[in-house]
Amino acid sequence: MARFNQENEELAREIIARYPVLKSATIPLCHLAQEQDGHLTDEAMEHIAELLGLTPAEVLGTASFYEMFKREPVGKYVVNVCTSISCFLNGGDELLEHAESRLGTKAGGRSDDGLFFLEGYECIAACTEAPCLQVNYRYFHRISNAEFDELIDDLRAGRRDDIPPHGTLALVRQRISEDRAAGVAHPDGSGQPVWLRDRPALQDSAPS
Amino acid sequence: MISDAPPIITTRFGYDDSHTLDRFLATGGYAGLRAALRRSPQQVVEDVKAASLLGRGGAGFPAGVKWGFPPANVWPRYLVVNGDESEPGTYKDRMLMERDPHQLIEGVLIACYAVGLSQAFLYVRGEMALAQERIANALNEAYEVGYVGRNILGTDFSVDVVLHWGAGAYIVGEETGLIESLEGNRGMPRLKPPYFPAAIGLYQKPTIVNNVETLSNLPWIVRNGGDKFAALGAETSKGMRMFAVSGHVNKPGVYEVEFGVTTFRDLIEAPIYCGGVRHGKRLKAFIPGGASAPWFYEEHLDLPLEKVTVDKAGSMLGSGAIVVMDEDTDVVRACHRVVRFFAKESCGKCTPCREGTSWLEKILERIIGGSGRPEDVDLLLDICDNISPGINWPPRQTTICPLGPSTVSPIASAVSRFRHEFEAYVGGPVEVTVPMNGLAYRAPEVAASG
Repeated sequence: MARFNQENEELAREIIARYPVLKSATIPLCHLAQEQDGHLTDEAMEHIAELLGLTPAEVLGTASFYEMFKREPVGKYVVNVCTSISCFLNGGDELLEHAESRLGTKAGGRSDDGLFFLEGYECIAACTEAPCLQVNYRYFHRISNAEFDELIDDLRAGRRDDIPPHGTLALVRQRISEDRAAGVAHPDGSGQPVWLRDRPALQDSAPS
Repeated sequence: MISDAPPIITTRFGYDDSHTLDRFLATGGYAGLRAALRRSPQQVVEDVKAASLLGRGGAGFPAGVKWGFPPANVWPRYLVVNGDESEPGTYKDRMLMERDPHQLIEGVLIACYAVGLSQAFLYVRGEMALAQERIANALNEAYEVGYVGRNILGTDFSVDVVLHWGAGAYIVGEETGLIESLEGNRGMPRLKPPYFPAAIGLYQKPTIVNNVETLSNLPWIVRNGGDKFAALGAETSKGMRMFAVSGHVNKPGVYEVEFGVTTFRDLIEAPIYCGGVRHGKRLKAFIPGGASAPWFYEEHLDLPLEKVTVDKAGSMLGSGAIVVMDEDTDVVRACHRVVRFFAKESCGKCTPCREGTSWLEKILERIIGGSGRPEDVDLLLDICDNISPGINWPPRQTTICPLGPSTVSPIASAVSRFRHEFEAYVGGPVEVTVPMNGLAYRAPEVAASG
């Protein structure tokens, strides 16, 4: 556990190659590490630093700003119950309270069986579908207490294999094949794009 | 006015397979890109300028004007797509990314072609796994058949569109925070000036940052002409626009309506939209443009969803998020809920915001918890005045970005209109000495005469 396995290291190199400046790959690679291990380990951040030519402290400095990166194990499922304004007006607090009692933990903690990590969350952009929640960042809209219980039962019983374990986000990865790639635009390397040449230049210039 | 203008960017939402290339191509997809490539980049820019398309992210800056800002002869230029939708109450960019990713990609390509942008980064909010998945899939499809990448549709136009995703931080929605995050840093906004990343942005190069909804409009504009777009709407607010109406209404939902002419009352009360405040209750207040906006009340219902009109009335349409509160709403708690958000999401770079927002949150918690003092209400406003002097609208800033001043809006709104509810919490009369100059914070009779 920890450093990228061979397959993920290759994937990491493929991701890095899309960016004009290596450091830009920091967040995608932290996600990849979290996908591999379920949370973001120190060893993974050291490996990311090696791949990007950074210090481990620089990787940690970035990662620690973002709340999706978990530096401790969080179990298989992270449950985010929205309690922001639209959900607050429509029973979000009550849903979170119910979730706390059902999972046997306050928000910010893990269930007794270690399977779930519960969070009271800020707006997740499902405001018209309040109250709402996410499990591993998959949406569940207009959730009643009974539906919440059913969802938890299904997850415990392994009946929801459409929801991958914590750390995996998109199930499809972007792939840019070499023969189709336009190529990265290095900040100090490329001139005016060819399709603009011999055509009228843009007129306005910037205030600064 | 309820308009019968057909939708522009939500036309495929009714199909189960709206996110696939097959459906997209069967419904006019990539025709806008083809039309653009038949013209010069400059002609495409002119068309978008003629459309008077206002940015749909929150600030409402004209997209065509922004496109004119990159300095001549500085290359490369980049495009960063802002798909980091997270302003409380806002729900439309996620829908556009999940349900019509090819439309967005087509818009991205049109922008790159028109402005000469050499690489595009599509920054999707970290928490939106399905949107990331749909966009990844759509990009793979589009690369395969030659709509994205090298020599697009056999022309000399080549650009890579890279899917990038965040990891949970509201402030990354601020465009310079977005760029910092894309550079692999903590998402802290940059000091201004320069006011526009179009001058100095990603990797210190000219960078256009456009919102998902803004870009999703481009295929239609190029296909139909900027003048057709500008024929819709009113005054400075042209075209159609998506609004999410949530809270205490019968039919909360996301509606694409004609911009500038539809009113708040239409959206909240009309049977084809939200069908009124639920359970037959009366309206107490509504947030007209996302959590950062000063609140509106019954007397504002007949205002059109028009940028300048709403700005002049002391608030904003912001991110197209309307949150309705009925007469039973505890406004002190509602206010606290909005303030808590900004306190949590403050990046900590500027002192007035870092300290001020959390003080405001704690004082509101004390009031709700029953330990508040009558002078706490004036104290809240005093702190607000330090974050945003004069408590005015548009807000003055002592901070690099508008997050801090956004915290002032819910407090000034709640205190100015519902002081008696604070008095009920603190158990005594409250004296307010700090002036609140924003028009929406004044009682209707004051607003009418002043």
